[in-house]
Amino acid sequence: MGPAMGKTLAEKVWDAHVVRRGKGAEPDLLYIDLHLVHEVTSPQAFDGLRLAGRKVRRPDLTIATEDHNVPTIGIELPIADPVSRTQVETLRKNCAEFGIRLHPMGDDEQGIVHVMGPQLGLTQPGMTVVCGDSHTSTHGAFGAMAFGIGTSEVEHVLATQTLPLRRFKTMAINVSGKLRPGVTAKDIILAIIAKIGTGGGQGYVLEYRGEAIEALSMEARMTICNMSIEAGARAGMIAPDETTFAYLKGRPHAPQGAEWDKAVAAWRQLRSDDDAVFDAEVDLNADELTPYVTWGTNPGQGLPLSERVPDPADFADETERLAAEKALAYMDLKPGTPLRDIKVDTVFLGSCTNGRLEDLRAAAEVLAGRKVADGVRMLVVPGSMRVRKAAEEEGLDKVFKEAGAEWRAAGCSMCLGMNPDQLKPGERSASTSNRNFEGRQGKGGRTHLVSPLVAAATAVRGTLSSPEDL
Amino acid sequence: MEPFSKHTGVGVPLRRSNVDTDQIIPAVYLKRVTRTGFEDGLFAAWRSDETFVLNQEPFRNGSVLVAGPDFGTGSSREHAVWALMDYGFRVVISSRFADIFRGNAGKQGLLTAQCEQADVEQLWKLLENEPGTDVTVDLNEKTVQCKDFLTTFDIDDYTRWRLLEGLDDIALTLRHSDTIAEFEASRPSYMPVTTPR
Repeated sequence: MGPAMGKTLAEKVWDAHVVRRGKGAEPDLLYIDLHLVHEVTSPQAFDGLRLAGRKVRRPDLTIATEDHNVPTIGIELPIADPVSRTQVETLRKNCAEFGIRLHPMGDDEQGIVHVMGPQLGLTQPGMTVVCGDSHTSTHGAFGAMAFGIGTSEVEHVLATQTLPLRRFKTMAINVSGKLRPGVTAKDIILAIIAKIGTGGGQGYVLEYRGEAIEALSMEARMTICNMSIEAGARAGMIAPDETTFAYLKGRPHAPQGAEWDKAVAAWRQLRSDDDAVFDAEVDLNADELTPYVTWGTNPGQGLPLSERVPDPADFADETERLAAEKALAYMDLKPGTPLRDIKVDTVFLGSCTNGRLEDLRAAAEVLAGRKVADGVRMLVVPGSMRVRKAAEEEGLDKVFKEAGAEWRAAGCSMCLGMNPDQLKPGERSASTSNRNFEGRQGKGGRTHLVSPLVAAATAVRGTLSSPEDL
Repeated sequence: MEPFSKHTGVGVPLRRSNVDTDQIIPAVYLKRVTRTGFEDGLFAAWRSDETFVLNQEPFRNGSVLVAGPDFGTGSSREHAVWALMDYGFRVVISSRFADIFRGNAGKQGLLTAQCEQADVEQLWKLLENEPGTDVTVDLNEKTVQCKDFLTTFDIDDYTRWRLLEGLDDIALTLRHSDTIAEFEASRPSYMPVTTPR
């Protein structure tokens, strides 16, 4: 054997969780430290357990909330849609039967599952975190290995607290330089996805590194890791540092006293070794970044706001050209139109990507003393009831309401329109969420993905805008 | 899970890249708590367009979907796999699959056969020239055959073995319960539990 090679952060976390090394083509069996559950992807998994007469192995490593279906107004009333109501009630029954902690609608801790976990301090460096939701990648911001799973895997984790998985490849995303004012984490990740494409990260864990990443707050880091899946990656990670430790200290489930010191000492080891070799590397310079928006129907179809709608004829690749043609037809956009001239009907501020306190603060700062443009509806949906409460303590709700925006309760809301918050056919939104897929926010709806700053400026002008346009 | 070894059925050309799981089944169909009956949600938005391929007669009963690259991107919803299978699909052929979708498919017995894009183009031509043509997919041999055109596909050996045997993952893992318990005993004491403090 030669000298031991350095390990990447992802490899360190992986190796620390191998229950059983796979032989030959067999996958490794990985231990799962935290399993987050919500109402949409779990009912069939619980049914599977019942059918097989199995129990939840570790209810104490499992936590549930209601987020996808919940309405964001009138939450004190029963859910009006009977199918949504049944799904939420099914989760309540399942959690009661299997002994799982649940934060239901109306609870102080309820919220989008990926906002709830971190704010409780349950997401910690070096952990493996899974959920039946692709945006589980959010939790990688803490140096955890966190990834979305399907319902069969949800059942597998409930029954065994493990998952058979083949090792991921590793990709370093080096973001050098400093972000200019008005440019945010959302713009970094939209630029990365535009650069590597929706399949660019396939099979990889992305590790975001470099000066621009280290300078980000935990909430901004979560925005970046959240959208790793939009580049096709299962997970995104950022090495924990003082920013991470400061965020965690004192949270309800963070270690305390001597355990805290022990934990921090272990967490400090969680960084890629200097001699670690990544399977791929991508470089991006934050100095040159400006606000990004998407023009098409996948998150890789994005451009700086200062650009124009592209001409499909300019795409050399046949598949990309065809995709651009279909996207422009769906989005009802003409090549050459300045992106700043695109008018919207709706602005959505929220989601597991950009529904945290800092996102609300940034948008409120732009909206203070201004009004949402005539004919534009703006929805502000905090990521969790805690975020909502904290925002109200700072008076942000008043800023939004005075500007003419709607101040709502917590949930996934218009990010995917499983509750009543939807676009109507042909309506166009500027949305701080993560997916601009056809019909994602409502059948026939058209979505432009933007940062909270661009969302707020767009609400004021009625066309895609950044704060410097005001 | 039903074992899978070889399947022959009508091939359906889907000339689209980045077919995300929101297109395969929109979120409104995910509210059900049952495991069956998702066929009505399959490609729901596109199926309201009468020119859509599944609305063309010979393709209506298709069971082998031949799609563009990056099939199954986006949401982790396993409902996408259920919808395809409930409709009658047993195989999806593409040059690139999203990871989570491919994993979900493997758990349910839907074969995801990864071919070169040039092979996909060739299949599209054959299926469009003669709608209703059968495609045969052989998991033992890892081959796809359509008329005289024969090619191979990729799938990882472990998933292939599980599909051939029709094995349930959970039962396989539970054979290692003791190893899991040993690992559990060695976890650091500072790691969190979800029970309220």
